[in-house]
Amino acid sequence: MAEQLVWPVLFAYGEAAVAYAGNVRSPGTFGRLATWGVRVGWLAQTALLVVQAWRADGFPWGTWAGSLNLFVWLVVGAYLIWGCSPRFRLLGLTVMPLAAVLLAVSYAAGGADTREGVAWNDVVLLTHVTFVLAAFAGFTVAGGLAALELWQERALKRHRTGLLRLRLPSLVALDRLTVTTIAVSLAALTVGLIPGFARARGVDLLMGGTVAVWALYASVLYLRIQSGRRALSASLALAGFGVVIVLQLGLLATHVA
Amino acid sequence: MNLLLVGTSHRLAPVEVRERVALDTEGAAALAAQLAQSGEAVCLSTCNRTELYLAAEDGHDADREAIEALASLAGVEPPELEPYLYRKQQEAAAVHLFRVAAGLDSLVPGEGEILGQVRTAYEHGSVGPMLDRLFRDALHAGKKVRTDTAIAESPGTTSSAAAALAAQVFGDLEGSQIAIVGAGKIGTLAARRLVKRGATLSFVANRTTTRGRQLAHQLGGEAIPLERVAEVAETADILVSSTGSPDVVLTRNDVASALPARKGRPLLLIDLAVPRDLDPTINELPDCYLYDIDDLEAVVEETLQGREAEFAKAEAIAVAEADRFRDWLATRDVVPVIAAIRERAEAIRRSELAKASGRLAGLSERERDAVESLTSQIVNKLLHEPIVRLKEAAAEERRGPENRLEG
Repeated sequence: MAEQLVWPVLFAYGEAAVAYAGNVRSPGTFGRLATWGVRVGWLAQTALLVVQAWRADGFPWGTWAGSLNLFVWLVVGAYLIWGCSPRFRLLGLTVMPLAAVLLAVSYAAGGADTREGVAWNDVVLLTHVTFVLAAFAGFTVAGGLAALELWQERALKRHRTGLLRLRLPSLVALDRLTVTTIAVSLAALTVGLIPGFARARGVDLLMGGTVAVWALYASVLYLRIQSGRRALSASLALAGFGVVIVLQLGLLATHVA
Repeated sequence: MNLLLVGTSHRLAPVEVRERVALDTEGAAALAAQLAQSGEAVCLSTCNRTELYLAAEDGHDADREAIEALASLAGVEPPELEPYLYRKQQEAAAVHLFRVAAGLDSLVPGEGEILGQVRTAYEHGSVGPMLDRLFRDALHAGKKVRTDTAIAESPGTTSSAAAALAAQVFGDLEGSQIAIVGAGKIGTLAARRLVKRGATLSFVANRTTTRGRQLAHQLGGEAIPLERVAEVAETADILVSSTGSPDVVLTRNDVASALPARKGRPLLLIDLAVPRDLDPTINELPDCYLYDIDDLEAVVEETLQGREAEFAKAEAIAVAEADRFRDWLATRDVVPVIAAIRERAEAIRRSELAKASGRLAGLSERERDAVESLTSQIVNKLLHEPIVRLKEAAAEERRGPENRLEG
């Protein structure tokens, strides 16, 4: 039952990704199709997670594949907060293809089944996993925003004449959203790391990587707020997004499962 | 019920006429209330148009009253005002309002202010079922055009291109600080556009302080001598320069030394002067975006090419929305016929049930209810198809060549 719910989610996210690409050429109907794809897909994925939680013996997203499933849901959820407004539709082009691919990877690795699970009463681990994943999801969306900001910065510098017709969010709005998203995500990561360290018996590669991510994003905030290095902080946020994806895809295999 | 529009706009009337029939919100509401005594009325009055939308049983009377009201506002006899007026009826009136709400009939196509003005007119009008539907559909069409097309992002002049670029960098210009270097005509025009979008003029730097003071007095801000121009780079968000100076008035070093104090806040520099006032290498500095007159003209040229396509898309949306309104109007026309058919069918059902009452006497209360429900369902199902066809035929008739929608 749960596994079957993956297909409508994948279809809706895939449809959204394709429609966002169409929206770049012809705004309007494609944009609305994409928006509905995101909404319907996210609702279907919510149903999938509910079914998983209902049928599993414990927390069903403790495996790396399961956590990837939850991660995708959080990313799309974070994107949905403002991503459906017409000016942010181009951001969907950076988020939705990634969401569709990661969900497909999660499904292929068994992230949609309900057999394995961490005990529900393991509050420390649940807090750790949930907050770290939420933070990573926030960093992913911030990465998309930073990419859009850097692209627009370059277009303005090079005097690209077609920029106005794309109806992007303003540079200042993108900058403000990127910084806010990173600040909230960094707070979530801090909260998530505390129980992780409390429970850890030693330091592994993933923990080192996660601390590096924390330091990287703290630097981004410092550079942006204290010294006003907007372009550099956006570039670092984009680099941080790459590290987050590597951690999410590769190292969780050695850590959570 | 007839839908009627009587109005005047920048397309037909000079400003001397338009200003005499222009009304503020209260005046428009009062006129709408006065004209609505024989139906419904909305008065849309902006600096470029005054239009009266009326829904009345007697179209001729409503038309006469509307013209008399406008003539009275202008202080002339109705025949004197006639050359400046246009009249549209039924679907043509609807299409006109949809085009107006979409910004297609505006002096600057796609401008966003008109949608708010249509909303205000609607909210202060004396609306009934027809004008309520018409204005709600028009607002929907206006919003859709701005969402689905880039018509509002198509500047037609270099000064509007500068304002559009400023909006692309800063978003809402409310609170953005402008500095003008050189109080010439072009720079002043660009500054006025930015102020109109919500920006605040903070400095006017000019060689002759008298002219600088005049402009500062008109638009707000402080007049400073041209020698102090480097100082404004620290605080301004948008710097517009258009002096007649043969030399550069702001160097790369001037701007670079202001950057630490700006803490990453973007600086948009618009150089409208020939020869150029601003060192072109300023564009290489972080967070600085420098556009000269050629860059702005390239933006205008590109958007003008795209504007035709966007205009066509916007027109298509306005016409499609007007089609929906026309279908609704057609449905309204056949409502009395549908009601009569339903009434007749219900009478037959009741009469047949009454005839059969003897044979149904032995039924329990529950069984009687079941028979009632069953016969009602049969009647409804039988009538469904003809009623749908009737509505479609009415809509089709309105869509006929003689009723083809035209703006």
